[in-house]
Amino acid sequence: MIDRVDLWAVIIGLGLGSFLLRFVFLGIIGSRPMPEWLLRHLRYTAVAVLPALVAPMVAWPAGTDGVFDLARFLAAVVTLGLGIFLRNTIMAILGGAATLYLVLWITG
Amino acid sequence: MAIYAQPPSATRDKPTFWLGVRDAAPFLLVVVPFALLFGVLATEAGLNVFEALFYSVAVIAGAAQFASLSLLQDGAPVFIALASALAVNLRMAMYSASLTPYLGEAPLWKRALVAYFLVDQSYACSVTAYEDHPQWTLAQKLGYFAGVAVPICIPWYIATIVGALLGSAIPPELALDFAAPITFIAMVGPMMRTVAHMAAAATSVALALSFAWVPYNGGLLIAAIAAMMVGARLELLMEKRK
Repeated sequence: MIDRVDLWAVIIGLGLGSFLLRFVFLGIIGSRPMPEWLLRHLRYTAVAVLPALVAPMVAWPAGTDGVFDLARFLAAVVTLGLGIFLRNTIMAILGGAATLYLVLWITG
Repeated sequence: MAIYAQPPSATRDKPTFWLGVRDAAPFLLVVVPFALLFGVLATEAGLNVFEALFYSVAVIAGAAQFASLSLLQDGAPVFIALASALAVNLRMAMYSASLTPYLGEAPLWKRALVAYFLVDQSYACSVTAYEDHPQWTLAQKLGYFAGVAVPICIPWYIATIVGALLGSAIPPELALDFAAPITFIAMVGPMMRTVAHMAAAATSVALALSFAWVPYNGGLLIAAIAAMMVGARLELLMEKRK
């Protein structure tokens, strides 16, 4: 059982901390111009962060306690391929989910 | 943005709220299972429905919620649980910086609201739309963001409650754990517009796996910063070759 003081300290601390992280640039810099080199780096934020977030989830999935899983790996590959070639997020998600369930069903 | 050309009325601005709702709607398919799963795990960790809901309302960040909850459950000290989950959320600061050129002129309270609703999906949708529609006014950009945030964040709260009520009735065979990776990958695929974007993504994957051993999710930050540098450097090189 999680200690209630610990729990609320984490919920409130994480809530406030996450808000500050989200607010820091929007709130403080506002409409002041940012240097070109910084903007050039920021253009790659999404493609730099999201793959790093996902790669360990694919290599060592939480659902299998960190053991590599063929179904999840193939689902990730299909999702990425569809996303790149169709440029359509929802088709990529559906294709990835279909692959996941199909391979899970085949491999039992 | 032109200083004198303030559009006089809403008639000149095509409303963008519903466009945002439409673009974000597919993410319901993944936000809902992810939040359901959080509700289920929170119940298993001994939280009641109110505590689970408050967690989701205060934090709205799946990865950080899962990370901190599992650390608490393993008996980690508060400091470790907080530091680790905040490290996962450091990317939000990068999102905040990335949206600032588009939304920086909004009044402070609106920027604060945008900040609260800034999550992976609302960021990915809006930054793509802002790049595709550079002619949008500030009102249209804010309207679009609101349209994206509503169908992503409200169901996040509701599905947390449902998950907490259902508890362990959801079978693990549904593999809901993989809803999050699939969404993120599906968002990244269409972003691969240039060689620089692809190189940044490849760097990000390679370094995240190589540095996965770094404690408190430090590997994520190393990978993200290096990948941004690779993308920016390649962009410069390609501009020079033209």
